[in-house]
Amino acid sequence: MTTPSLVLELKQVCKHFPGVKALQDVDLRLFAGEVHALLGENGAGKSTLVKVMTGALAKSSGDIYFNGQNCSFASPAAAQQAGISTVYQEVNLLPNLSVAQNLFLGHEPRRFGLIQHQKMQQQAQQLLLRFKLNIDVSAPLAQYSVAVQQLIAIARGVAMSAKVLVLDEPTASLDSSEVQMLFDVMRQLREQGVAIVFITHFLDQVYQISDRITVLRNGSKVGEYLAADLPRARLIEAMLGKELQQLTHQAATTTPAVAEPLLVLNNIAVKGSISGISLTVAQGQAVGLAGLLGSGRTEVCRAVYGVDVLSQGEIQFGGKTLRLQQPADAIKAGIALCPEERKTEGIIGPLSIRENIMLARQARRGWWRYLPVKQQQQLAAFYIDKLHIATPDADKPIEQLSGGNQQKVILARWLAINPQLLILDEPTRGIDIGAHAEILLLIKSLCQQGMSLLVTSSELEELVAFAAKVVVLRDWQKVTELSGDTMTAPHIMQAIAEG
Amino acid sequence: MMSVRYLPLWITAALLCLLFGIGGWQFDGFASLAVVSNLFSDNAFLLIVALGMTLVIISGGIDLSVGAVIALSGVAVSLLISQYQWHPLLAFALILPVAALFGALMGVLIHVYKLQPFIVTLAGMFLARGLATTLSEESVAIDHSFYDAIAEFGFVLPGGGWVGASTMIFIVLLLLVIVLMHYSRFGTYVYALGGNSQSAELMGVPVARTTIAIYVLSSVLAALAGIVFTFYTFSGYALAGVGMELDAIAAVVIGGTLLTGGSGFVIGTVLGVLLMGVIQTYIIFDGSLSSWWTKIVIGLLLFGFIVLQKVLSRRTALTTAAGGTAHG
Repeated sequence: MTTPSLVLELKQVCKHFPGVKALQDVDLRLFAGEVHALLGENGAGKSTLVKVMTGALAKSSGDIYFNGQNCSFASPAAAQQAGISTVYQEVNLLPNLSVAQNLFLGHEPRRFGLIQHQKMQQQAQQLLLRFKLNIDVSAPLAQYSVAVQQLIAIARGVAMSAKVLVLDEPTASLDSSEVQMLFDVMRQLREQGVAIVFITHFLDQVYQISDRITVLRNGSKVGEYLAADLPRARLIEAMLGKELQQLTHQAATTTPAVAEPLLVLNNIAVKGSISGISLTVAQGQAVGLAGLLGSGRTEVCRAVYGVDVLSQGEIQFGGKTLRLQQPADAIKAGIALCPEERKTEGIIGPLSIRENIMLARQARRGWWRYLPVKQQQQLAAFYIDKLHIATPDADKPIEQLSGGNQQKVILARWLAINPQLLILDEPTRGIDIGAHAEILLLIKSLCQQGMSLLVTSSELEELVAFAAKVVVLRDWQKVTELSGDTMTAPHIMQAIAEG
Repeated sequence: MMSVRYLPLWITAALLCLLFGIGGWQFDGFASLAVVSNLFSDNAFLLIVALGMTLVIISGGIDLSVGAVIALSGVAVSLLISQYQWHPLLAFALILPVAALFGALMGVLIHVYKLQPFIVTLAGMFLARGLATTLSEESVAIDHSFYDAIAEFGFVLPGGGWVGASTMIFIVLLLLVIVLMHYSRFGTYVYALGGNSQSAELMGVPVARTTIAIYVLSSVLAALAGIVFTFYTFSGYALAGVGMELDAIAAVVIGGTLLTGGSGFVIGTVLGVLLMGVIQTYIIFDGSLSSWWTKIVIGLLLFGFIVLQKVLSRRTALTTAAGGTAHG
């Protein structure tokens, strides 16, 4: 093997969002003809790094060298032009266009400036045969399953790529034979000298295909390793870090003796989504929901909160059967939800912190009985103090706070009506490590006060730290339930991966 | 699936044939080439505007300024010809680039400042209408030999039909737009933007250029419609084309284009305009109905079509979700 040449190099790249440092002095070296795994927990900054690398986001500082030249791509189009193509985590294709149009968008074969549809469809057919896909390429993409769409997205990346191919979680929706097919194509490309960046949660796959590994944690680079030299245990250690483990010990206290069940899900299903899910949450207990993106975690939360109406099964709450038609019914029963999409479903950006905290309380009182401003101020001050919300005053618009503080305000909103069950969907996503720890401790103390919690999180160490038991979901179904000694991050990860 | 995509188009075509058949059965002379050719020449300006509107709506936008642009271009052209003694062709050559600039301005505002097309083009509508009224509050008559020649230009169809300059201009534009939408990269980009503008950007679609070009095309087509309107009326009037943007939108929707963007056909819009024209013709032949019945029928049709679209798109979404379940 000749000495590989450096294709893409990132030096001390930083990316800041308001209130969050998503990337902090990250270095990355990418050589021609290698598969380079980019690993890290959710929120470690992998996707941000990919977006900065491929022109979808502008970097805040640092340098990017492509073929030895300092450059930064102004747009994904510019990066593609230079020979870097990307398959993003969520399928980013156009459901309304045909498969062939999706494959060749912007690169259609033309004669006299006119697109040659027939030729394009032939080429599309040939390209997809590499993935053993024999489908009608003139049909709209929306007609095909997510797995097929994912393969099509990868095929597009392969067709476009000259030098660098970035695959962000390409295997999340593929079955094992499809994964092997993808790996075959990746090996072919590697032979041809293409540099491949491979992001995944599946560590088996990392060792199957990767040459080198770069690990990120909390927006910083932990290290770069040769895959052959890095034992799995050390890799996991690098990904998870020490902070959370310390926290685990700090937060681990004995759970109270078995209490009355508060929430019982009896074989519930939602049309076109989750099915056959049963679980129990006891009084004063925190139950974790684990699974990959799209495994049904969020859907379970939505069903319990009455956003999605059940097509089957029943929800028992405090001994009574609930018939939820809308979130208002759930709130009335004493159920609250902090949603995953904080920006769009949680906060009301232009309103002040005080107003955001008051929303649920005021709604419960009824809109015609306005809570006096003085009382509002007292309540807001109480929660700002209690939850350590970092703000100079309660009348600042909430959108100016950092992610962690916004999350605390939303928590305060629900605490103000003292729900019996609090559902937290990814409560620590995208917030810094300090606020992270505080929220975990808060969850713990709420349990001790007798509140029940249902919490989803991608960070398994975190779930293990506070949950009495963890329910693992995959493909919109419950896989298993872990508690006691079997409830460890590696076990959960295994359950997620293998079922 | 294919049939679902084309279904609204087929329904519009079927309704058109049905209504035409009923008219022909009820009234002498309804089912004739003369009526058909009149449908085109009487509605040529609306057809031309609606071509541009189809593009805009497929891209996920809307253009409320077109009616006012028709008035502005009509008044400006009439003034240049009658008051300043310009040759009409010279007047056209000035007004079309100005319209392009106007469209570009709206496109830039929409893209750069991420403003709603609705509000930007609403502002454009007030601006153009105001400008037209400032130029002349009165109707400006055109008396020029070129216009007489235009009126004479054309050929007779068997059975008394007449294919004039307006119809010919429309047919040429229609062919151009069809080629543009289905055989050029630009056309694919327009559909891509309407499908999902974020994905489109990540896939390397030049979003800025495409957005601006879309509104340029819409404004230029509106200005052309304004010129064709002067062929029809031999005058320019600042209050011409009031509400025509809404007629165009109605035609686009009746023609099967999704208001949310990403799906639709130019030919559907043509069928939509013709359907509205046939309803009008029917009411004229009938004689006892008020012409406002046209609006009532169009209103009912629109209700029917938007419900149909909703049902179809929900069914498509469900089949996709079901397809996704199997693989997680």
